[in-house]
Amino acid sequence: MFELLGISPQALFGQLLIGLINGSFYAMLSLGLAVIFGLLNIINFCHGALYMMGAFVAWFALKHLGLGYWPSLIVAPIVVGAFGMVLERSMLRHLYKLDHIYGLLLTFGLALVIEGVFRNEFGASGLPYGIPPTLSGGQNLGFMFLPNYRAWVIVASLGVCLATWYVIERTKLGAYLRAATENPTLVQAFGINVPRMITLTYGLGVALAALAGVLAAPIYQVSPLMGSNLIIVVFAVVVIGGMGSILGSIITGFALGVVEGLTKVFYPEASSTVIFIVMAIVLLIRPTGLFGRAH
Amino acid sequence: MADNLARDTRPVAATTAAPMLEVKDLNAWYGESHILQGMAFDIRPGEVVTLLGRNGAGKTTTLKSIMGIVGKRTGSVLFEGAETASLASNRIARLGIAFCPEERGIFANLDVRENLLLPPQVRPGGMSVETIFELFPNLKERLASQGTKLSGGEQQMLAIGRILRTGARLLLLDEPTEGLAPVIIQQIGATLRRLKAEGFTILLVEQNFRFAATVADRHYVVERGKVVDHFQASEIETSVDKLRNYLGV
Ligand SMILES: Nc1ncnc2c1ncn2[C@@H]1O[C@H](COP(=O)(O)OP(=O)(O)OP(=O)(O)O)[C@@H](O)[C@H]1O
Ligand SMILES: [Mg+2]
Repeated sequence: MFELLGISPQALFGQLLIGLINGSFYAMLSLGLAVIFGLLNIINFCHGALYMMGAFVAWFALKHLGLGYWPSLIVAPIVVGAFGMVLERSMLRHLYKLDHIYGLLLTFGLALVIEGVFRNEFGASGLPYGIPPTLSGGQNLGFMFLPNYRAWVIVASLGVCLATWYVIERTKLGAYLRAATENPTLVQAFGINVPRMITLTYGLGVALAALAGVLAAPIYQVSPLMGSNLIIVVFAVVVIGGMGSILGSIITGFALGVVEGLTKVFYPEASSTVIFIVMAIVLLIRPTGLFGRAH
Repeated sequence: MADNLARDTRPVAATTAAPMLEVKDLNAWYGESHILQGMAFDIRPGEVVTLLGRNGAGKTTTLKSIMGIVGKRTGSVLFEGAETASLASNRIARLGIAFCPEERGIFANLDVRENLLLPPQVRPGGMSVETIFELFPNLKERLASQGTKLSGGEQQMLAIGRILRTGARLLLLDEPTEGLAPVIIQQIGATLRRLKAEGFTILLVEQNFRFAATVADRHYVVERGKVVDHFQASEIETSVDKLRNYLGV
């Protein structure tokens, strides 16, 4: 069959794997964006910059503190998440009652500032970050070679996405979050400290981005612009999935990664635009996105 | 039976105790509009008190001001002697005041069970879920439904039921009978009498004074953001014309 199509199975599965890897990052980033948008009503344009910060914290911790990959998986999200909470407390919280455009402009400005600072410090070229020794090498699956680290990224990202989904959709804490997304005033009038919940939620969304950044560091290089390259695609994913839908962003993230990978095999010319074509079609047919509800 | 109990215990307890809630010179604004203009009234522990008044008189705004969810408010709201007028709404709720909004506020993203269990316990001694199901058997059968898929009456029961668990002793109920069928209104009336018998203190907003008369000890009439008249339950029958005039019915 592969011969018929003139495509080698190696190429097909190789691109499928790359698609799943990219999809892992799309899913984790769009999930954070969805959670943040749902509760804060803010389109967090600096999400890519915070993802980049996650990768840089890991790189810095390794180079200057001797802190390896595994501790960084925990430390970087905490550090960047805390930074996010400071942003929320000091700036974002003044914008909740205003139109989306203000939040978008502020976070866009923040992204430019953060990326500018990092570019100034570290230059625009990428810095290498090695694969952790425990995950070097790979498996020969017969039809393809599967690098261990890439398999780990897919599994880890899927696990983190499902855990986040579970917390939001199936726990008491998640019920507070969903309720506050709908009617924060009433939730607060029941005795919940909603402003604090908003800060923590932003921190959580940002921590997810930072975690994605650490996972990405050994695959892509660590560079100040790694986030801005990715974030445009992630926004398309969010629009396709539907703003604010948790499960929607996870499924759409992985699915579009795969679609992109397959396009590279069958019609490489379109591979960098296919997501935007899908976005245009979805917007024409379902303006609220595949999983979105009308606001 | 609960009815008799409620009526018998009322006057003695009600007239002697210090107020549970004391509202003095309360003013509130939505943007530039000055809505509450010197609202003043009080409620003693165990009483059921209504705010009656026409559309737009400021009844809902009064409840929201007590709860701390209007834009701007001044004046004094003492709950069990403590000033709450400058507290955030979550702090006010934690003192033991619970709010059932006019639009019911059932969450569409939550199922009935989650809606029921959402408000956190603010004081010990809240009603058990079993007792709530005994009051509102319908809820028990609909636990897995999406909150907003319930009928209007069931949503109202859910909105009342969920604040009974919290241990709050003062309930602010905003037009719980609005738009409901007569049998459901009766059921809600019976529930309110039962709650009173169990010692809850209730501030009830109503437009339907016939319904209000079946549950309340006292009635305040609200007009243009302040209290303009006050009736004991016993005075209702002799003041029907006056009330009709106030309420425009
Ligand atoms: N969010 C708001 N913004 C601006 N004005 C408001 C707002 N809510 C209420 N108002 C105005 O405040 C006044 C009092 O409203 P309120 O809802 O307290 O009346 P009400 O007595 O509860 O009436 P109803 O019986 O219709 O519920 C009305 O004139 C109303 O138009
Ligand atoms: Mg009202």
